[in-house]
Amino acid sequence: MPLIKGGSFVADPFVLIADEAPLPDVGGAIVSLTRFRKDRDTLMARNAPIGVRLKSDESPEQLGDDVHRLSVVVIEFPAFRDGRGFSWARMLRTRLNFTGEVRATGAFLYDQIAYLVRTGFDAFEVPDGFPLAEFNRALAEMSAVYQPSADGKKTIRDLRSGK
Amino acid sequence: MYRYDEFDAKFVAERVAQFRGQVQRRLSGELNEDQFKPLRLMNGLYLQLHAYMLRIAVPYGTLSARQLRMLAHIARKYDRGYGHFTTRQNIQFNWPKLVDVPDILADLASVEMHAIQTSGNCIRNVTADHFAGAAADEIEDPRPIAEIIRQWSSLHPEFVFLPRKFKIAVSGSAHDRAALKFHDMAVEIVKNAIGEVGYRVLVGGGMGRTPYIGYVVGEFVAKQDILAFLESVMRVYNQSGRRDNIYKARIKILANALGPEEMKNQVMREFTEIRARGTLQVPDEELARIDAYFAPPEFEELPDDMPAGDKDFQNWIKTNVHKHRAPGYAIATISLKPIGGVPGDASDAQMDALADLMDTFAITEIRVSHEQNLVLPHVRKRDLPAIFARLSELGLATPNAGLITDIIACPGLDYCDLANARSIPIAQDIAKRFADLDRQHDIGELKIKISGCINACGHHHAGHIGILGVDKKGVEYYQLQLGGSGAEDASIGDIMGPGFGEHEIGPAVERVVKAYLMLRQDGERFLDTYRRVGMEPFKNMAYLDQLYAAH
Amino acid sequence: MAQVLPQMLTANRLVDGDVLYWRNGDWVLALAEGEVFADPKAADAALAAAQKSVMTNKVVNPYLFDVKTDAKGIHPAKEREIIRAAGPTVRDDLGKQSVGLGDKPAPRVKAERVVKTKDEDVSI
Repeated sequence: MPLIKGGSFVADPFVLIADEAPLPDVGGAIVSLTRFRKDRDTLMARNAPIGVRLKSDESPEQLGDDVHRLSVVVIEFPAFRDGRGFSWARMLRTRLNFTGEVRATGAFLYDQIAYLVRTGFDAFEVPDGFPLAEFNRALAEMSAVYQPSADGKKTIRDLRSGK
Repeated sequence: MYRYDEFDAKFVAERVAQFRGQVQRRLSGELNEDQFKPLRLMNGLYLQLHAYMLRIAVPYGTLSARQLRMLAHIARKYDRGYGHFTTRQNIQFNWPKLVDVPDILADLASVEMHAIQTSGNCIRNVTADHFAGAAADEIEDPRPIAEIIRQWSSLHPEFVFLPRKFKIAVSGSAHDRAALKFHDMAVEIVKNAIGEVGYRVLVGGGMGRTPYIGYVVGEFVAKQDILAFLESVMRVYNQSGRRDNIYKARIKILANALGPEEMKNQVMREFTEIRARGTLQVPDEELARIDAYFAPPEFEELPDDMPAGDKDFQNWIKTNVHKHRAPGYAIATISLKPIGGVPGDASDAQMDALADLMDTFAITEIRVSHEQNLVLPHVRKRDLPAIFARLSELGLATPNAGLITDIIACPGLDYCDLANARSIPIAQDIAKRFADLDRQHDIGELKIKISGCINACGHHHAGHIGILGVDKKGVEYYQLQLGGSGAEDASIGDIMGPGFGEHEIGPAVERVVKAYLMLRQDGERFLDTYRRVGMEPFKNMAYLDQLYAAH
Repeated sequence: MAQVLPQMLTANRLVDGDVLYWRNGDWVLALAEGEVFADPKAADAALAAAQKSVMTNKVVNPYLFDVKTDAKGIHPAKEREIIRAAGPTVRDDLGKQSVGLGDKPAPRVKAERVVKTKDEDVSI
């Protein structure tokens, strides 16, 4: 799937490995939480970047301290209505202080992109043919925000007091 | 009242432009309906039985004359000449065209109004006591903190796709006029043992299929901590609220499943963290800055006598005029429940005339109550006769506030796509039956609330007499509930039994009232008598016809 | 075997929300002019054909509903569709009924049990 990061399309250095599939020896690999729990030691022993893909009902806290050994956490949006991912990303950034990639995948809407960025996502799997201009426009539509979030963007209250 | 600064103005302007773009993309087919629907809902636009319906936010029910005029203008220009005031202090227009909505929103933005988050699975309009700033029994005006909550919740990136909608209410008085205990979350202004003002936070109340009374999750939250605390509750809900079943998705279900102790634990965990981070603290300067917007008008030194007037005026004062904190002033309820009229509706001409009346008598605000009436909060007593006369000319002087004909009814099957039965004709029928004013006064306070479906937008669970319209094999039936209350003595009404048909429900209500009159003891309202004697005698009386049928 | 009622097809126009009824490949405003499908297969075929109006962004949410026929004509079986075809029952100056498109609505489906109430004092 096309991947947007840093405002443009980038090559994906990771491959999603199915639960039953063998782990590749080299290259970035993303596995499910179930697989991660099962094969944790093997995964950690690999000399290659590792990531975990969480379902919408799987809290990042279930990764424990291992979260800091991950290069990427992928959060699924099974339906655009399922907004748990926003809280999970926020948790990764501000409670767990995760500094790796937080990637959104699934059925999120173009119009949710601004919220995804604010809550701490920095990479987005989008459908084939998704125009980059749409992505950038989504971020520009509402220039100011009322409340703080994981992105640290200044709030309207900050702007009012001249910060 | 609050005034937009450049930031607020730009926010709504950008929101209008964003929606205009979304409508264009929908009309061109770039967005299909599934993709567009959540976007239009987040701007208050529903598709109802006959047409679209636009729900416009009236934050904590407060409007200026200028805003009221704009609502009249919108009714005239884009709709069918009227609007409907709702049980969440908002206003609804029933006939807008999709293509016109961006222009409607632009017109609203020009008077500091919008339709943001009046629908969707997000934090909805923050409601407050409609007597705010005027009531004699108030600790503090609840609207400053309501405004702070409103801003914090506006397009909050983490909480726009909650399991379900989320409703917050604020009250500044021990006498709860905001139905706190039936809200997802509520903030009650309280004083602690040493006289400091802070907030008691409740969670888990709600109407609908499974009504609940909320419980206390924060006994005393300091002012500067309130947003951190509310955010904590929202986070617990967003993470753990059920998403598998739309009827189990409100926070009331989670609150009940976890119980107060576990809920508090989870909230406190978040709260401790958020508070420590400091970014959500509300500094004293900010509290003072927002407070200043809601400073009461300069009250003149006026004699406190109630002016004389004729019998009609006296009747109106009995029920529609309430005690104000300042001598010489009063609070006036403008009833939108004329006998036989549509509850909560006002025409464009009435709205314009009310705006003029406000200007004439230097009343700078008008309020929308969650009981579908309007309120003039600061009225000079000496102006009451002239105001009453003018309201009478406008058909807005029905002297029935809080009486049995002051009925709350949702739009029901006459308008609403979700409804099972019509509610407005039932309200009209009941009101006509009890039209005699002496009889109304004899009955006293009796709140009838009617919902056309289980979504309970008519708040029937909180009615002294609640009526729920149901669909039984394509026929409209009406179930009675007795003993509900939305005040500080909150209770959920008890279901009486099998429903009544469209032509039976009015007589059934008459028999229930008759039972009350026969059973009541000194000074008891209907609610008090019901709580004392229970359902049995009322039930026997209501189903009386069955006794005859059976024999 | 349960009687299968005839059906009609309705939707809302996207641009203004107006209620529409399918007739022979197109949409009309008045229920009385809409097409009635006695055969469920024909109804389903119309619903499928109506998807084109959805894809071309003319209408939203097309669906079939039951109707009954009597000496006076075709009437929806359900209260909801009767009201939808005519307008709010509490404002006959609004909706299709006010512009002659609603057709006089059929007598509304009433509760079957007629109650004779006796207004006398009875001790409880």
